[in-house]
Amino acid sequence: MIVARGLRKVYGDFVAVDGIDFEVRKGEAFGLLGPNGAGKSTTMKMIASVSKRTGGELTILGLDPNKRGPEIRAHLGVVPQQDNLDRELKVHENLFAYGRFFGLSRKFLKTKVEELLEFAQLTEKRNAKAEELSGGMKRRLTIARGLVNEPEILMLDEPTTGLDPQARHILWDRLFRLKEQGVTLVITTHYMDEAEQLCDRLIVMDKGKIMAEGSPADLIKRFASKEVLEVRFGSSKNIEIAEQIFHLGHRTEVLPDRILIYSENGEEDLQAILKLGLEPVTSLVRRSSLEDVFLRLTGRTLVE
Amino acid sequence: MSMIGLAADSAVAIAERRRNKPGRGVYSGRSRVALERNLMAFRSSNWIIVLSGFVEPLFYLMAFGFGIGQLIGGVTDGSGHPVSYAAFIAPALLATSAMNGAIYDSTWNVFFKMHFAKLYETMLATSLGPLDVAVGEISWALLRGLVYAIGFMAVMAPLGLIPSWWALLAIPGAVLIAFGFASFGMAITSYLKTFHQMNWINFFMLPMFLFSGTFYPLNIYPEWIQSVIQALPLWHAIQLERGFMLGNIDSSIGWHIAYFLVMIVAGLFFTTRRLTALFIK
Ligand SMILES: Nc1ncnc2c1ncn2[C@@H]1O[C@H](COP(=O)(O)OP(=O)(O)OP(=O)(O)O)[C@@H](O)[C@H]1O
Ligand SMILES: [Mg+2]
Repeated sequence: MIVARGLRKVYGDFVAVDGIDFEVRKGEAFGLLGPNGAGKSTTMKMIASVSKRTGGELTILGLDPNKRGPEIRAHLGVVPQQDNLDRELKVHENLFAYGRFFGLSRKFLKTKVEELLEFAQLTEKRNAKAEELSGGMKRRLTIARGLVNEPEILMLDEPTTGLDPQARHILWDRLFRLKEQGVTLVITTHYMDEAEQLCDRLIVMDKGKIMAEGSPADLIKRFASKEVLEVRFGSSKNIEIAEQIFHLGHRTEVLPDRILIYSENGEEDLQAILKLGLEPVTSLVRRSSLEDVFLRLTGRTLVE
Repeated sequence: MSMIGLAADSAVAIAERRRNKPGRGVYSGRSRVALERNLMAFRSSNWIIVLSGFVEPLFYLMAFGFGIGQLIGGVTDGSGHPVSYAAFIAPALLATSAMNGAIYDSTWNVFFKMHFAKLYETMLATSLGPLDVAVGEISWALLRGLVYAIGFMAVMAPLGLIPSWWALLAIPGAVLIAFGFASFGMAITSYLKTFHQMNWINFFMLPMFLFSGTFYPLNIYPEWIQSVIQALPLWHAIQLERGFMLGNIDSSIGWHIAYFLVMIVAGLFFTTRRLTALFIK
């Protein structure tokens, strides 16, 4: 569906996307993760054919976005990071006008708009001006708007930022269903649980480059241990004590407030710590998550 | 609910119909939807502002045409016929009406939509192209110019300022004038970045209105000033409308029309280019 080879984007003399390769297949949910400024939104915009690449190859559905912008965009649903609703229009008019931009018929849109209002849970607010909505409602409307043309590829740039937990879960559920119907999803997010839940495959970007690629489970296997033991000794003692327990686990990380020990069996390591006569204030054994992978790949000072 | 492909005419099918048409990268043949959007927004907009742009030239007509007109009696038009002062300035004010209507939407409104409402960014994320947006917005501005001009005509008729059926040509004339100003105004606005620069438009418009042969014939100026004014769009607009209204149709009309045609084409070209650079960068 989407193929990028050596894709680059340069603003002035600043390299925002620095030669990345990836492929998105039909019907999969593809995630772009990375810290602020990694180049996620820039990549999304190039795919959405609203930003011209500086170098490399990019095709969407086999078409070149530089030449076939409008045609490609007809296949896409786009939810930008920043809501750009039409402030002068009412809620339902926002959906209607956007559908008309695609050339969809009034008749089709009449039912479609009702359906999307329901989906965004904004039926009661249908006659409010878009600018009168709360932040989360605006977000929901922007997401609903991206569905008006029944897209084959849905591009979501941090879709759930600003949503309450209920709305977040409803959206996840909805995205799952779209996926079942064969819609391809491209998602950026800063919520690792969301990426783990939604994405079949993802790339982790940093400073315009790809740091790793794979399924969430695969990445956890490759870049994190099975379990993580977190122990706290009080912020003044952490560093001192860490020296005594460096040998435990695959890897130890000392943070100001706690020590993380990456290992295959956290409980065993905890016993070993207690045997040394050390008494942590609190301790916690948990499974590794995508968050651990993310932090490892994109930096937080690591001590091997 | 069905998400793909069940719409009788899907967005993709609609876009693919233009697959082999020239300009498919910038135009999807749907500028009317931008007009529709503006109509929707207009229904809930501020009518006082809309009305003020229309009554302004009317006030000039009352104050100058019938006030000062009493003092100076008549003037002679371009071909030496004597006409009342009100009949002399009325076509100029009609041209100004068309210009005001067109400029109002194509400058400040476009500036707002471009930099604050991010409307064009939204439109260009759909299967519309920059030329659709340019043509749609310019047509909307043109429409306002036309409505102002027709309104002005409607006031002129009972005042006895429409001498012949020829005068009806002033309406297509107003379309041309509004189109030219809308197109050019939007092109210029699309290059401006700050409120400060926008104020220069106003700064330029007022003297152009006062000195373009609006209130007296141009020949009272020295040659060089005449040449400068003859290069300005409002002078051509006024001459065109005055020719139609007073029934002085000659070959110079062709030049005025040509002037506006160039303005329209240049405006469309630069607007499209600029929108492409701004939003598909
Ligand atoms: N229009 C622009 N002009 C100049 N620089 C830009 C522009 N857009 C983005 N950048 C720069 O490109 C880099 C990548 O930005 P991008 O928006 O892609 O980051 P991101 O990964 O989406 O970050 P975030 O998580 O904060 O949304 C940033 O350093 C940003 O300053
Ligand atoms: Mg971003």
